[in-house]
Amino acid sequence: MANDSTTTVAGPARRRGAIGSGHRRLVAAAGFLVTLAVTFLGLLAITFFIGRIVPIDPVLAVVGDRAPAAVYERVRVEMGLDRPLTTQFASYVGDVLTGNFGTSVSTGRPVLEDLARVFPATLEMATLGIIIGVLLGVPLGVIAASRRGSWLDQAIRVVGLLGYSVPAFWLGLVGLAVFYARLNWVGGPGRVEIFLDGLVQPVTGLLLIDSIIAGDWEVFGNAAWHLILPASCLGFFSLAYIARMTRSFMLDQLSQEYVTTARVKGVPERLVIWRHAFRPIRVPLITVIGLSYAGLLEGSVMIETIFSWPGIGNYLTVALLNADMSAVLGSTLVVGAVFIGINKISDVLYRVLDPRAR
Amino acid sequence: MATLRDWLIDDSPASPMQARLGRLYRILGALMHNPLAVVGAIIIVALILAALFAPWLATHDPLRQALAERLLPPSAAHWMGTDELGRDIWSRVVYGARITLVIVALVAVLAAPAGLIIGVVSGYCGGWVDRVLMGITDIFLSLPKLILALAFVAALGPGIENAIIAIAITSWPGYARVARAETLTFKNSEFIAAVRLLGASSLRVNLGHVLPLCTSSMIIRVTLDMAGIILTAAGLGFIGLGAQPPLPEWGAMISRGRSFILDQWWVATMPGFAIILVSLGFCFLGDGLRDVLDPKSGEQR
Repeated sequence: MANDSTTTVAGPARRRGAIGSGHRRLVAAAGFLVTLAVTFLGLLAITFFIGRIVPIDPVLAVVGDRAPAAVYERVRVEMGLDRPLTTQFASYVGDVLTGNFGTSVSTGRPVLEDLARVFPATLEMATLGIIIGVLLGVPLGVIAASRRGSWLDQAIRVVGLLGYSVPAFWLGLVGLAVFYARLNWVGGPGRVEIFLDGLVQPVTGLLLIDSIIAGDWEVFGNAAWHLILPASCLGFFSLAYIARMTRSFMLDQLSQEYVTTARVKGVPERLVIWRHAFRPIRVPLITVIGLSYAGLLEGSVMIETIFSWPGIGNYLTVALLNADMSAVLGSTLVVGAVFIGINKISDVLYRVLDPRAR
Repeated sequence: MATLRDWLIDDSPASPMQARLGRLYRILGALMHNPLAVVGAIIIVALILAALFAPWLATHDPLRQALAERLLPPSAAHWMGTDELGRDIWSRVVYGARITLVIVALVAVLAAPAGLIIGVVSGYCGGWVDRVLMGITDIFLSLPKLILALAFVAALGPGIENAIIAIAITSWPGYARVARAETLTFKNSEFIAAVRLLGASSLRVNLGHVLPLCTSSMIIRVTLDMAGIILTAAGLGFIGLGAQPPLPEWGAMISRGRSFILDQWWVATMPGFAIILVSLGFCFLGDGLRDVLDPKSGEQR
């Protein structure tokens, strides 16, 4: 409404325009929220469905296979399994929304509590991974595009394709064997050495930040020493993707006429590339980086298994092998929700930052 | 030879068959000029040959254990060394090609037609059908593939069949999107209107005219996706949810070699090289196919 009072001065035409665009923005925001809600509901429907197709009878798991029919029936009713599927789904959605993800069979604790404990470790690794990926991937992509067809371009292209072809778990294993066991350049599996474990009071759960808060530089150094290799492995995958996308965006720009104009004017090539061609691709790059970040949270499943990293990926694998379905579905939900969230945020950022998409 | 070539590149083909063969010839010709695509094609042909002729290529029985020869380094007798049960790794890698090929082929056979049909129906019908189908597709697309496949396998139970089903469930949405976009571009074109005027039913229009036009972009997409499918299958095998021992699946082999990575590096690394090589092959070929079949969207992705 503040919009109205400020635009009255500007005359009727301008005012109509302002209201129109405000209205449109409101509709777009509402539409966005609806899609977001539907996507989350879809995610819940999928996890609910997966929970139903488990061949293990959940009642039998509770009462054992020797229980009399009456006991079996009573437990079945208690667990709500006699109600129609839609009611069961509604109560499942209610449970999830109130933070009740069930109890993990393997840890004996509520799944949500477990997830809150392990998630920061994954976040820390994926964040360092994406930083490595952006810092190396963007310049490599720009270089490849500016020297199109050269051997450097070919080399970067092959690195990009390797990112699609190398199994993450294999890369982690080989990395450990070479950089930890042979060269001893980096720390081994785990977040810190065992004798340093638990010395720092968890505040954020991000060990690097916690150790800074505590002022414990020994833990900080050791944590960084352990983090660098798994984060680099993850970083390689985002580097490959980001470099590939940056290259293709840059090639698009470099073929535009304004670039030719700038070159004809005699602008130095370095400025043509970084000041002219690179600027417009920053916005689409944000979307790419967002997608890549979300992908890293997923890719960390394999890397965490290799590095015994106590994050959500490791938690999920342990749960998978123990057929601990509450934990499996809880982790799937959280990773899925974060994935959707990051995707949508980068989508919104794109629209906000790119005037053409508004 | 020259006459056959002339017949193939004839500008006014006398029969649909000649036109089709001619198109194939031109595509192959263009592919041959793309070095990476040729390398990719060679790798994939090698994979298929290895799978077909595994009994002849393998130097040992892939399942035969020889505890006296356990963990031997690569040598003339064992080209890639032996694993912790004395099995010859080269022979296991060769037989593993069969498993990889079966997984990749079955996922493609299950997921691509499903996605194709959903996409074409969605694009052709429009309206609420389109909205519902694409809504479901978008939900699947916005979820992490690997995690979803892991959860499905956890529910269905470990095993190679369930791994294939899980991967297929997570890969159809991409194909549906592509097929829908293609359908929308053809739907209002004049030749479709002409077919309809001739009295063709919707089914006939779609099966006979829209579906075939979607195939080239589908082939590109499927080829490009193959690397991801191989990696997911290997990942499932590595975690222990995919192919079960003693099957010589590459991911499962890496998982067994994990304990020996420091001293007997070849046990885990050799199957990894096989995975990388085959995935790269599909990437190269997919890139090349896209450049040839769909020059407009080249450089994207």
